[in-house]
Amino acid sequence: MNRSKIYRFRHGLAVPLAELALLDFTQFRETLLDEVASGARVVAYFGLPVDREVELYSIFAHDWTSELALIRTRVCGSFPSLTPECPQLHLFERELAEQFGLRPEGHPWLKPVRFHRAWIDAADIWGRPAGEQPIPGDMEFYRVEGEEVHEVAVGPVHAGVIEPGHFRFQCHGEQVMHLEISLGYQHRGIEQLLTGGPHPSSVYQMEAAAGDTTVGHTTVYAQLLESLANCKVPLRAQALRAIALELERLANHVGDIGALAGDVGFLPTASFCGRLRGDYLNLTAELCGSRFGRGLIRPGGVGFDLDGTLPLPFLERLKQLEENTRGAIELCFDSPSVLGRFEGTGLVKADAAEALGLVGVAARACGLVRDVRLHHPFGGLCDRFDTPIIEFDGDVFARSNVRRREIYASFELLHQLFKNLPEGEIRLPLGPLAAESLAVSLSEGWRGEVVHTAITDAQGRIARYKIIDPSFHNWSGLALSLRGGQISDFPLCNKSFNLSYCGVDL
Amino acid sequence: MIGRITLQLALLLIFAPLPLGVINKTKALFAGRVGPPLLQPYYDLARLWRKGFVISRTTTWVFLAGPVVGLVVPLLAALLLPFGGLTAPISFTGDLILFVYLFGLSRFFTAAAALDTGSSFEGMGAAREVTFSCLAEPTLLFSLLVLASGAKSLNLGALFGPQLAGQWQNGNSASLGLIFVALFVVLLVENSRIPFDDPNTHLELTMVHEVMVLDHSGPALGMILYGAAMKLMVLSAMLVRIAVPAQTGSLLFDLLIFLAGLLMLAVLIGIVESTMARLQLPRIPQVLVGTTLLSIFALILVLR
Repeated sequence: MNRSKIYRFRHGLAVPLAELALLDFTQFRETLLDEVASGARVVAYFGLPVDREVELYSIFAHDWTSELALIRTRVCGSFPSLTPECPQLHLFERELAEQFGLRPEGHPWLKPVRFHRAWIDAADIWGRPAGEQPIPGDMEFYRVEGEEVHEVAVGPVHAGVIEPGHFRFQCHGEQVMHLEISLGYQHRGIEQLLTGGPHPSSVYQMEAAAGDTTVGHTTVYAQLLESLANCKVPLRAQALRAIALELERLANHVGDIGALAGDVGFLPTASFCGRLRGDYLNLTAELCGSRFGRGLIRPGGVGFDLDGTLPLPFLERLKQLEENTRGAIELCFDSPSVLGRFEGTGLVKADAAEALGLVGVAARACGLVRDVRLHHPFGGLCDRFDTPIIEFDGDVFARSNVRRREIYASFELLHQLFKNLPEGEIRLPLGPLAAESLAVSLSEGWRGEVVHTAITDAQGRIARYKIIDPSFHNWSGLALSLRGGQISDFPLCNKSFNLSYCGVDL
Repeated sequence: MIGRITLQLALLLIFAPLPLGVINKTKALFAGRVGPPLLQPYYDLARLWRKGFVISRTTTWVFLAGPVVGLVVPLLAALLLPFGGLTAPISFTGDLILFVYLFGLSRFFTAAAALDTGSSFEGMGAAREVTFSCLAEPTLLFSLLVLASGAKSLNLGALFGPQLAGQWQNGNSASLGLIFVALFVVLLVENSRIPFDDPNTHLELTMVHEVMVLDHSGPALGMILYGAAMKLMVLSAMLVRIAVPAQTGSLLFDLLIFLAGLLMLAVLIGIVESTMARLQLPRIPQVLVGTTLLSIFALILVLR
């Protein structure tokens, strides 16, 4: 059988595992570093326990050729860490260490990610007592010592109604020298719940993987099953998914700009955007009955159709909303006092963003052209999106300006999508999944690239399901943006990234 | 004398929370909201007064001294200052120094109470508060000196007395305009208003004043809020008097002019808060140095 060292494929196709060579670790390592050096990004890196060993899979995205690539190897016990040469793997390797008791030798920052017990019967590499649930945040934090150096700990219980996460600042006066973020307080074990599936409950779990990205995660989940079942989704269903995705982007981006304005104490925009966000959520509710798009996206298509008469009033309301939204946003971007706060705050350099593998809004604000809608479109809607929004400064202003311009671009996209809404079926029955295959599915959620990967067993059931929320990559970007900054700017930087906690905790 | 003191204190105690309600209403209007009722600050105080104390075991008597001093100081300071056309109940030469440093005393105790909790947030807030107020202090002093050199007197009663109206006419109007601006900035800084601080934020890392009182609850928090409201009114009284130095001779009319002035000033604060974002923390000292220079310039204009 002809087995290639590296398997290259396109988004939406399932890879039969029989065609993928099993490399030894040295080969795996060289291929991985070569791929990254040639401009690929690692979109997923995960393990699947086989016998007493763990099979490592690495999936790359070559953005400018719209190509995905896959390699695998097997490791046992410990393996030399790739993080020093390829920093974007740092969290993936920590995750492997926690899930399978593997030790990435030479990892510079080997700490738990989610504080759960190992998935397989393996010794914990941190020596935590077996059979006990680890306590989130129970680890050695990085510490700076010296005159006038002080430590500030925030969370996991916060003053606002937000998710739990722990932040440790090492400060010299008002200046932050280092920020360490510890998550895992909401670990639910979603990936393991899918093993042996897909179960009837799986789609609901996907909707709740990260509540503010319901459409993003369910779209990716549906695409993944469709790839594995080789199901060609009707164009109308794809258009409706795209509409829901843009509405989700609008609601969240508008809400974020309002929250950013609120953080700097600019009240009018904060209040207006808070209301407008609700209006966009209500539009989604009109589509499917849920403000967050639950129940809309189903494997094989969509759960609800748009009535023949609905597009017109929909477009009218959208026009009205567009006018109000532009007014509220421009008010904020025209205020010198607001710009004074946004500009130059929370800088992330482009090379750091690239090394850490940032995605989505945070990456585009650093000048990196990363947009799944452009690079890896799924199905028949390839021609709808051609202009990713790029800013170059990497500060809070750049991140909010990407959002502002994406809001305006989403209006255009929605108008086009409504105008060219294809007729026809909205859902096809999903056949059985291909056995012993792997599929990758990506989508540009409002926060960034959402990636799901599944490997099926001999019976066509899911043997390993891997979810990567954009927040997984971007939390390190937030920590970096605070280096040398003011501690009082943290809430503003945090809001400019607006990352999901449960999307990482899973 | 006793009558004047009672009247002054009664005015302060009754009307102090009202400007806060006006500020909040103005902000709500700008944001397109209905906003809380005008009398909400009174309801809040009543609610806090009915609650119990929660006091950390690590704190000492200093922790409770903060709110008490914070409440008493504006009451004492109010006795030295004329409220509009009403004369000051207590007046002696050099009382302006006492006036300025009474607030220094209250700040000392608030900061000490914050440090007493041992929380890193409160320590941070105390450091910020002390830094900013020690930069705001020269502005206040120089502004009072401008008034003093015009009035040829060193007591507040005379500074803000009937002669103030004449100052606007006899060529000191430029100086008065400058110190009005400088004192307005001091008012915003001292009362933790936007653009220097955000009284409504829940983000403890960005707070200046609010973070110092995070551990106070119930009646102690009520005392702090009441004290802050009275401080706002006392400092506003200076600005109102400079802007409207009218003297009708009738107690009732002077009182009405004063109260109307207070509410107008509250609206002005509300407008500033609605149209500006907060300054970045390192910018605040720069602004305060600027206002100090402004008040020195005003003094030079008067002395020239």
